Amino acid sequence: MALPSPAPLLTAADLVVGYAAKKTPHPVAGPLQLALWPGELVCLLGPNGAGKSTLLRTLAGLQPALGGQLAVGGQSLADLRAPERARQLSIVLTDRIDAGNLTVRELVRLGRHPHTGWLGGLSAHDEAQVQAALEATGTEAFAPRPVGELSDGERQKVLLARALAQDTPVVLLDEPTAHLDLPNRVALMRLLHRLARQTGKAILLSTHELDLALQAADRVWLLPATGALRTGTPEDLVLSGDFAAAFVHEGLAFDAATGTFALHAPTGPAVQLVGDGAAAFWTRRALEREGFVPTTGPADLRVTVPPGSPATWLSQAAGQPPQTHATVEELLRALRQTPSGQLAGPAANNGLR
Amino acid sequence: MRPAQLSATPASLAAGPRRPAWLLALAGLVLLGFVLDIALGPVRIPVLAVVKILLGQPTDNPAWAFIVREIRLPKALTALAVGSGLAVSGLQMQTLFRNPLAGPSALGLTAGAGLGVAVVMLAGGSVANGFAIRALGLAGSWTLVLAATTGAGLVMALVLALSARVRDNVVLLIVGLMLASVTGAIVSLWQYFSAPEQIQEYLLWTFGSLGGVVGSHLAVLAAVVGVGLVLAFASAKPLNALLLGENYARSMGLTVGRSRTLIIASTSLLAGAITAFCGPIGFVGIAVPHLTRALLRTADHRLLLPGACLGGAALTLACDCVAQLPGSQTSLPLSVVTSLLGAPVVLWVVLRRQNIRSSLT
Repeated sequence: MALPSPAPLLTAADLVVGYAAKKTPHPVAGPLQLALWPGELVCLLGPNGAGKSTLLRTLAGLQPALGGQLAVGGQSLADLRAPERARQLSIVLTDRIDAGNLTVRELVRLGRHPHTGWLGGLSAHDEAQVQAALEATGTEAFAPRPVGELSDGERQKVLLARALAQDTPVVLLDEPTAHLDLPNRVALMRLLHRLARQTGKAILLSTHELDLALQAADRVWLLPATGALRTGTPEDLVLSGDFAAAFVHEGLAFDAATGTFALHAPTGPAVQLVGDGAAAFWTRRALEREGFVPTTGPADLRVTVPPGSPATWLSQAAGQPPQTHATVEELLRALRQTPSGQLAGPAANNGLR
Repeated sequence: MRPAQLSATPASLAAGPRRPAWLLALAGLVLLGFVLDIALGPVRIPVLAVVKILLGQPTDNPAWAFIVREIRLPKALTALAVGSGLAVSGLQMQTLFRNPLAGPSALGLTAGAGLGVAVVMLAGGSVANGFAIRALGLAGSWTLVLAATTGAGLVMALVLALSARVRDNVVLLIVGLMLASVTGAIVSLWQYFSAPEQIQEYLLWTFGSLGGVVGSHLAVLAAVVGVGLVLAFASAKPLNALLLGENYARSMGLTVGRSRTLIIASTSLLAGAITAFCGPIGFVGIAVPHLTRALLRTADHRLLLPGACLGGAALTLACDCVAQLPGSQTSLPLSVVTSLLGAPVVLWVVLRRQNIRSSLT
């Protein structure tokens, strides 16, 4: 792992971001104290409307800050001329790409813009950087193809390659995982994590993929709707309760024990779940979906997952003989038919159906 | 990047092996059209004689030499300026607006230039009683160019000011069409209250013609188009950056405001001057960029700009040849021919390529 060098690549002090409509400032978030270090992947998380895109666009110099200081590479962002800024910061936006006639290589070449002369001709060094960016993102194979023919996942990698070809210490990405299917989301996060380690760049991305971000990010910038940003490793933010608090406004309950958001509100009776391993984990998920509250303590209803393969399930209501089930589906069907009079609490089948 | 990746073999710089060949072929077409355009007309002059006269060699027919030097050569040179200028102005607008339907006429530029011309012609006419562009001296031509360019520039600036507020390109296009409609209505209103002979001059102007731009007029047209083209070629790198939209362009270090001003200046000069001298010649501006992209299969403006220049010149020369109606004494209005000939060509190109949407910009 690349050790963080003592100097941060990007710093912000008392930064206020937002819009100035009709000369009246509309602050969205701030004041923020931020630092990006070399070689780290940082995920910017927060509910919709918290100002994630606004913050990214401000850091990239695409819109002015409403207040505070912002420095890149030790220089104030406001003092940098546009080409100098473009050699410090690159960004992947959510903007639609209309230029379908561009080939992948031509699009990645555009990233060399701040490094070329007034005619935009590419030197051998520029071409080497383009090639390196294509190889690093695994897009070299379709370099001759027009951008308009790419899938969403391919296009996102190509846009990342363009940002890499810009050869900046800091790379910003605005929701790069949106519109991607799960395998592509995982692949992109893995790629970004690897790139941060290998190249020593600081990579900051905003995302709604909380699960992935908690796994992949070296640090998380957590921007709640209140605008009071918290930063730290994902683990520290989860354990401190900041993570759950940031999303509480969306009516979501974050379970620090499992690292997931609860989809189902438990309303049914308690079920004692006995067993461990993968089979027990997935049985627990099925019981939660059905509205049961799985516990480890004694309850009127007991489900046992004996060790062994293939898995079998034993269910037993109080005072009844145990039943054996070959699949989770059979187990659930039997549990639904358990007379509610025998159980403490309301009927069991009020889950999501 | 890692040093190990840096040492990787750089890919070939060649942007497709056939692209320079296509540019050469286009240049050949322009040359052919140039000679043919001079040869054709009410008096047919053999191609060999045309070449001889153009090369400054003595000919046995002094009448031919006179026709070529005084009438046909200026007209062919005008065709070169008109074709390349309109095509380049259309290419710049399509990239700037990221809209395949943009062009000098679609966004109201030609109408704006027309309003400028109408102001000079109809207002001036009331003083000097019905005079044509041809009757105006050098000072007159500058006035006309200035008026037409100002008209085109005002419309373009208005469209751009609105484009900052209106993000949707389709809405912007409707705005341009409405602006064209309003300027057209103002001109109509003016005509309604003008004397018939003044209207006739204006109507003749609206048919579009390459003829009559001789001497100092041609010099003025060539100079203005030359400046416009130089500005356009200087904008090749900004235009490439703008392919991904203004936000990406800005993030790559482009000063978008300055580049946009440069592009508008170039477009307005080209469309304004050409419309002033030759009338509203439709179609070349919107069609040639598409044909060039389809031919060169690239979005790189360092190739597209020369390609559009040559393609526009070739198409205009070809249309002017057809307008002579070979074998007859009459000639058709140029704007009619460009539309009649050009529209089917573009339809064919667009329908042949299935990915219409992505291939256009």
